[in-house]
Amino acid sequence: MFSSIMIAAAVVVSIGIVGALILVIASKFLAVEEDPRIGQVQECLPGANCGACGYAGCADYAKAIVQDDAPLNKCIPGGQSTADAAAAVMGKEAGATGPARKAVVACQGSADRRGFKYAYEGIHSCAAVNMLYSGPTDCRYGCLGYGDCTRVCKFDAIRVEDGVAKVDPDKCTGCGMCADTCPDKIIHIVPEGEAPMVFCANHDRGAVTRKNCSIGCIGCGKCVRTCPVNAITMDNNLAYIDMEKCIGCHACVAACPVNAINLPRHSVGYQAPAKKED
Amino acid sequence: MAVKLAAIFFSMIFVDNYVLSKFLGICPFLGVSKKLNSAVGMSVAVTVVMVIATAATWPIYHYILVPNELEYMQTIVFILIIAVLVQLLETVLKKFLPPLYAALGVYLPLITTNCAILGVTILNIDNGYNFAEALVCSAGAGIGFLLAMVLFSGVRSRIEEAKPPKCFEGLPITLVAASLVSLSFMGFGGIIEAIFGV
Repeated sequence: MFSSIMIAAAVVVSIGIVGALILVIASKFLAVEEDPRIGQVQECLPGANCGACGYAGCADYAKAIVQDDAPLNKCIPGGQSTADAAAAVMGKEAGATGPARKAVVACQGSADRRGFKYAYEGIHSCAAVNMLYSGPTDCRYGCLGYGDCTRVCKFDAIRVEDGVAKVDPDKCTGCGMCADTCPDKIIHIVPEGEAPMVFCANHDRGAVTRKNCSIGCIGCGKCVRTCPVNAITMDNNLAYIDMEKCIGCHACVAACPVNAINLPRHSVGYQAPAKKED
Repeated sequence: MAVKLAAIFFSMIFVDNYVLSKFLGICPFLGVSKKLNSAVGMSVAVTVVMVIATAATWPIYHYILVPNELEYMQTIVFILIIAVLVQLLETVLKKFLPPLYAALGVYLPLITTNCAILGVTILNIDNGYNFAEALVCSAGAGIGFLLAMVLFSGVRSRIEEAKPPKCFEGLPITLVAASLVSLSFMGFGGIIEAIFGV
């Protein structure tokens, strides 16, 4: 009995060894020379394979840089430092990558600010819960809080706290995976800076919004009238700030009666509690 | 002899089609059938690997495993051999046929773990085919796979245009379409016996 086990093991092992030998010989004699710069460029890239550059992954992008002369500043997670490192390998100018971009969640409706219309006990996924009357909270538009963005983030930069997704700006690289995943499309990728943002996605009429969430945009239009450069427009009961026109005076932040307009770094959905919180 | 080989060949294509009748190799069937080009590339790669894998596994089974009474090890040994073969094929293609290597791209390594390849090698043994029959059977299985992929990529391109109910969009409607194509292949049942008289 023991000898039959030994024979079986010996046969399989010897087939494996023969196969390995064939492969080793083949790789020795049939090796194809690859441009060594592909590997060097790939080492400069973050290796997250997020696809924000438009290529299938970091390896694919490195190949495109070396062989097809692709632009060096496409890597959003890596930013300027990656572009410079890749440029050093290639001996070319990197080109500007622009200001760093970060994800922000356009919702501040934490559990204490929103009511609930039912208790959800299903699959722990935003996509699933969104199919059931657009989620258990009274607001049809806001963050569902089941963390599809957390699961898709490769940098551990976004997590759900108190029913709303929060972005850690130090870890966020602006690759946009969470924005693509969010079923309500309330995560935006914005340039880091002093421009304020409307932290609400609710298109309901003001009275309805007010009833459902204490921090939602009620569409009163005060910010539109306050803005000195007319950067704010009202789109279907929701204010929208044009980042191109905004001069960063923050008049709208002070004017908003419900604190729905805020700086990204002061909003509930981003980092610390809102600065105007009383 | 020739009649029997032809019967095996055509029955593998139409009656015992690997994808549509035996439900093997469903993952590439659903994954790579979106575009005609990649569907053909994948199928050609599968056909080549099927024939080569049969050519390698049949002798090993009959001249190494059977004399040592190790028939029960066939699954493990076959997986090992197929993995080595695909790796070797990839290296050889990369060296001598770079355009074909680029065209097959990611599909070649994917085939290593394709159930249709392992299925054809094992079923060849189970059916008691001799070496020539086994090779013809593998080639037929590969061509049948090609036929199913090409047909289905046509169906898929029509699905892209169609507007199914929202809950059916994507994979669900694709699976419904696949089952209809599979049903239509049941119409070939019995045709081989009638034509070749085997």
